[in-house]
Amino acid sequence: MECNCFEPQWPADELLMKYQYISDFFIALAYFSIPLELIYFVKKSALFPYRWVLVQFGAFIVLCGATHLINLWTFTMHSRGVEVVMTTAKVLTAVVSCATALMLVHIIPDLLSVKIRELFLKNKAAELDREMGLIRTQEETGRHVRMLTHEIRSTLDRHTILKTTLVELGRTLSLQECALWMPTCTGLELQLSYTLRQQNPVGYTVPIHLPVINKVFSSSHAVKISPNCPVARLRPAGKYIPGEVVAVRVPLLHLSNFQINDWPERYALMVLMLPSDSARQWHIHELELVEVVADQVAVALSHAAILEESMRARDLLMEQNVALDLARREAETAIRARNDFLAVMNHEMRTPMHAIIALSSLLQETELTPEQRLMVETILKSSNLLTTLINDVLDLSRLEDGSLQLDLETFNLYALFREVLNLIKPIASVKKLHVSLNLAPDLPEYAVGDEKRLMQTILNIVGNAVKFSKEGSISITAFVAKSESLRDSQAPEFFPVPSDNHFYLRVQVKDSGSGISPQDIPKLFTKFAQTQSTATRNSGGSGLGLAICKRFVNLMEGHIWIESEGLGKGSTAIFIVKLGIADRLNKSKLPFMSKVSTNHGLTAFPGLKVLVMDENGVSRMVTKGLLVHLGCDVTMVSSSDECLRVVSQEHKVVLMDVCVPGIDGYDIAIRIREKFTKRRERPLLVALTGNTDKVAKENCMRVGMDGVILKPVSLDKMRSILSDLLEHRLLFEAI
Amino acid sequence: MDVLQLQKQFVDYRASLYHEGFLDEQFTQLQELQDENNPDFVVEVVSLFFEDSERLLNELTKALEQQSIDFKRVDAHVHQLKGSSSSIGAQRVQKVCIAFRNYCEEQNIEGCLKCLQQVKHEYSLVKTKFETMFQLEQQILTAGGSIPV
Repeated sequence: MECNCFEPQWPADELLMKYQYISDFFIALAYFSIPLELIYFVKKSALFPYRWVLVQFGAFIVLCGATHLINLWTFTMHSRGVEVVMTTAKVLTAVVSCATALMLVHIIPDLLSVKIRELFLKNKAAELDREMGLIRTQEETGRHVRMLTHEIRSTLDRHTILKTTLVELGRTLSLQECALWMPTCTGLELQLSYTLRQQNPVGYTVPIHLPVINKVFSSSHAVKISPNCPVARLRPAGKYIPGEVVAVRVPLLHLSNFQINDWPERYALMVLMLPSDSARQWHIHELELVEVVADQVAVALSHAAILEESMRARDLLMEQNVALDLARREAETAIRARNDFLAVMNHEMRTPMHAIIALSSLLQETELTPEQRLMVETILKSSNLLTTLINDVLDLSRLEDGSLQLDLETFNLYALFREVLNLIKPIASVKKLHVSLNLAPDLPEYAVGDEKRLMQTILNIVGNAVKFSKEGSISITAFVAKSESLRDSQAPEFFPVPSDNHFYLRVQVKDSGSGISPQDIPKLFTKFAQTQSTATRNSGGSGLGLAICKRFVNLMEGHIWIESEGLGKGSTAIFIVKLGIADRLNKSKLPFMSKVSTNHGLTAFPGLKVLVMDENGVSRMVTKGLLVHLGCDVTMVSSSDECLRVVSQEHKVVLMDVCVPGIDGYDIAIRIREKFTKRRERPLLVALTGNTDKVAKENCMRVGMDGVILKPVSLDKMRSILSDLLEHRLLFEAI
Repeated sequence: MDVLQLQKQFVDYRASLYHEGFLDEQFTQLQELQDENNPDFVVEVVSLFFEDSERLLNELTKALEQQSIDFKRVDAHVHQLKGSSSSIGAQRVQKVCIAFRNYCEEQNIEGCLKCLQQVKHEYSLVKTKFETMFQLEQQILTAGGSIPV
């Protein structure tokens, strides 16, 4: 019978068969479990990119396994079906494995490159790590530098700066020793000034011109130096290997304490030593740190230096201020002393002068022999000269320190010029000089200014013209200066600006006298300077006149100068002054004011209301007679009560007889003062007394009397008293 | 007598008054005050002086006759008299008044009484002198002349 069975290939050897059988079984098992494992692990990992390959592989393995499994049945007689299955399995397996093999040809290079990339990335990561480490170190360093700088710059004290530097550096860089060598005063040596570890550095010095030091100084970088060089030998030699040493230069600015002169670039030396017996090396970044610190130290030191300088300057200024203040106070005291002196001398000098002049003029009025008359005239002339000199000097010193102020008032300009003419005509006619006055028609009749001083100025100039002319004529011209004529080649700095309230008066005095040489012209206005020509030597005068005139003219915001073509050709004195324009309102007051200011004394007091209080009828009548003769309007009262009743604002003067025991007089004065609170309304209170003692006078002054007159009163005396009273509002006769 | 002679007489007489001390410069001042506005000034003043003085002298007499003399009042009167006489220029009267006041201060009754007598004497003297002088003036004026200054 023929069955469709297949016979095994080999004879059925029992042992070998058994082993094959078992192996096949295990192979099948393994082959089936591997894909399971694969699936499990692939499922777990999400990233595996080659799933399709795994599936293929899995299929290949499964089929192989199936083949081997089916092989198990082929050990014994098996049916055709088994064989068919076996064949199918084998065929499939063959297909899949070939496909897989083909696939692997693609995949394996890829897989390999993945691996390479992985390695590359790992290397890169390691490198980055290293670099990060470096950066971090640098940042640390930078932080240290900032901290150090901050520490160094937070103080302006030199010693603290340097000490802090060393300490911080030592800490940051973990140094063994850190030292600072400073140049000495002579500049020839370096002295060990600061160290980190040693408390009191012994005064080592090294000469500055060592090659190693020169090397360090000539480079702006930190330089490695040998641990054996003199600057680095800071610790006693011992059994150790010294660490590396670095030195850097620190630029120094000129600090007063270091006292180095003529040293263009001064450096200190900073030496840093790494710990010995360590294998540490100086890293680049550490060197950079050291250089940066050195620079910062230099900056900090310069700041400290600047601060020191400014403090010293400020102290100096304060001292100077104190000295200046003292000097100013001394000057003020001196000025005050001088003013006091002048005030006293003023009075003391003028009083005797007046006595001399008054008595001499009185003497002149008496009967004298011609000889005596001549003597008296000489006395008078000399004393007049002396008075003028005194006045000039006193005026000038007041002008100098600017205490003089102009008395501005309205006055008659035409009258002023006429007066000058009247005063000068007699003298001029004696010298047979012709004087002419020309007033421009547009010159205002009234002006506001200091009449007295203007007159003084004009008189002085005209007087000079007369003095220095032996013959010929003198012409005085006055006109209002217009802007073109205001600017003069002689006075380029003078810029007068006319305005609505002011005008500029220009006065020219031309004489045909001896003239002035051009080189003398500038000296004319200086004090005490006189030209040397013989003609002038006899003319006397102190040389102050023109100087005073110039000052007056300057006070009046004007300008004065003299032109002359030369000796013998005459000269012209010109001045321009600023005067105010008088308006209508002021003119009405003029007649009274001009009389008062000319100081000639009033000869009559028309309508002056006077109240006379006297208990004695006879003397009352006599006083009334005196006053009536002088033109006053007199009211008489005989008692103090009546006086108080009658007295009013209209009465300008109250003359009261006060004799001891009439104490009423004083009471009245007090009561009248109480009655009139405003000083303007109050009549002037004058006491008439026969009492010559000082106590009475003091009493009068105490109760506020404006004047004290001694009886008997003559007519002239009463006249002058009244005029003085009205002018000065005060009169106390010397008792 | 003609005017010139009268005037000369007047001037001499007046000069003698000054010489003898009856009058001083104050009287001259008074004369100066006399002008066209005040033609009788001197006469008026002198008349007032006479009135005043007589009143004062009476008062003084009365005061000094009292049992207890009020020296203050006496002094006041004498002071007045002194003032008047000095205003006029009656020099001698004034001088006696000064002495009188001293006695008053000392409260010396004897002295005061003595001074009172003296004052009265001097006053009457000067009064006569004035009257003569005025008469002379009148004569000159009636003769058509003017009073010499």
